[in-house]
Amino acid sequence: MSNNDNDGNKDDDVTRRDFIHVAGAGLGVIAVGSAVWPLVDQMNPSKDVLALSTTEVDLSQIEVGQSVTVVWRGKPVFIRRRTAQEIAEARSVPMDELPDPQTDEERVQKTEWLIMVGVCTHLGCVPLGLQGDFGGWFCPCHGSHYDTSGRIRKGPAPENLIVPEYAFVTDTKIIVG
Amino acid sequence: MAGSNYQPKSKLGQWIEYRLPIFSLIDGLFGSYPTPKNLNYWWSFGSLAGIALVVQIITGIVLAMHYTPDTSLAFASTEHIMRNVNYGWLMRYVHANGASMFFIIVYVHIFRGLYYGSYKSPREILWMLGVVILLLMMATAFMGYVLPWGQMSFWGATVITNLFGAVPVVGDSIVAWLWGGFSVDNATLHRFFSLHYLLPFVIVGVVIMHIWALHQHGSNNPLGIDVKGPQDTVPFTPYYTAKDLYGFAVFFLVFAYFVFYNPNFLGHPDNYIPANPLVTPAHIVPEWYYLPFYAILRAITFDIGIPGTDIVFITAKFAGVILMFASILILLVLPWLDTSKVRSAKFRPIYKQLYWLLVIDVFVLGYVGAKPPEGILPTVGLIATAYYFIHFLVIMPILGKKEKPLPLPESIANPVVKSAE
Repeated sequence: MSNNDNDGNKDDDVTRRDFIHVAGAGLGVIAVGSAVWPLVDQMNPSKDVLALSTTEVDLSQIEVGQSVTVVWRGKPVFIRRRTAQEIAEARSVPMDELPDPQTDEERVQKTEWLIMVGVCTHLGCVPLGLQGDFGGWFCPCHGSHYDTSGRIRKGPAPENLIVPEYAFVTDTKIIVG
Repeated sequence: MAGSNYQPKSKLGQWIEYRLPIFSLIDGLFGSYPTPKNLNYWWSFGSLAGIALVVQIITGIVLAMHYTPDTSLAFASTEHIMRNVNYGWLMRYVHANGASMFFIIVYVHIFRGLYYGSYKSPREILWMLGVVILLLMMATAFMGYVLPWGQMSFWGATVITNLFGAVPVVGDSIVAWLWGGFSVDNATLHRFFSLHYLLPFVIVGVVIMHIWALHQHGSNNPLGIDVKGPQDTVPFTPYYTAKDLYGFAVFFLVFAYFVFYNPNFLGHPDNYIPANPLVTPAHIVPEWYYLPFYAILRAITFDIGIPGTDIVFITAKFAGVILMFASILILLVLPWLDTSKVRSAKFRPIYKQLYWLLVIDVFVLGYVGAKPPEGILPTVGLIATAYYFIHFLVIMPILGKKEKPLPLPESIANPVVKSAE
């Protein structure tokens, strides 16, 4: 850029001007980065959304064989108090018949209570309860059949219905999330 | 905004340039574009205004992602932005203070033009486009101030829209049409939000024409004389890109002071009270950038008619409205009101003093606009308003003919005037 570059630095390739260029560009990158980050981060979930990320459910009113749907993080969560027959059906399936092998025991904390995110793992529709070839759920969008453990049995969905994190606070109360 | 003769060095660059001459366009805008070599820092305010507009648009788009233009939710969603949204407080404070920064810059930019005669031939349209930008900015800022739906938002909107009620015969219909109802309400808020989002992009469009017109004859300069040749100019890059970037750094320091240390200094605390259509705050003031115009609006307190009779030609209210709009629109014809051939005030000894008198007059108007109309202030406001118009309508045309300008330098490169002897 100028003759000054090499003045007094004849033995050294690095000049003071190089230093200024690198320092200036580095500071510029930091300044632009710190200005851009808030613009990106503002689109992340806000504090009020994060504050609603768990849902408490009272199970005491749910009868055997009944299914309820609660909202958790804007999505439906299916809570089914399964009958003995449904449990038996779910546990008698051979693993090699399942596209996404998982035992029923892995999918529940208490045998009677099946708790799952009610969103089809294909493209996000909400499956209909007590329908389909396996007595579980059926997704009307593209015809995925789920069994009484919420496992995919037939149709395009790749995975079983997702079991969210939840915990029994008491025998009749759970916290999802 | 014609492109230069620039040719990209890379094969890909040439391939693109042949089909879309964007590199020569950019070079013509910021690259080799020849610029007078004597520009001072007052010329940095043009690019500063550009960056201020960009900041407003970016933060505004962000705020619109979180804001709800409904009277039941507008105030709450503004507080939601402040409390819940990640960096929402930063976005809002940058946007709110950014409006003030934008106006400071633009006012300096305008007064730079007034001092150095930048509005004179051949830059009349350039100047007039600037006045259009100012009007659009004022409308945009006004509607933006309404959106948080605080007390000042609501009553500011009520007072300003009621101005149009002063128009004879059709005034009330105009006001109802602006409101979409019988008072400032939900319909008003919705349309203000829509227009507040639209107008900045209209401003961008006019800014493009403004720059286009600028590049037709190039920048004016502190001497106000024409560029005679290459010896009078330097390429925009690196000389003025570096200078403007330095200006940006100083500007962002000032901006950051307000955003991080005094974010509500330029606002009004009453706007943190939710809008209440039943109670007007005790003392309504517009944002600082409207104060001189607000003083002009209030200056006329008497009806204009035939003295001694009840015949009124123009009511006091309507006269104030006319004067307020005229105070800006008069700038459109300034290039023809100023009859002097000399651009820069440097060579106009009398205009130079009267220029500063105008600056003081505008500050006086601003002060009067900020205070309640009590005691001597209405009289001061009336005199200052009168002087404002006398400056443009009487002084400028006469002074240009009577004043004896100092001898102009030969060229920018050779600014020393050779003595006549």
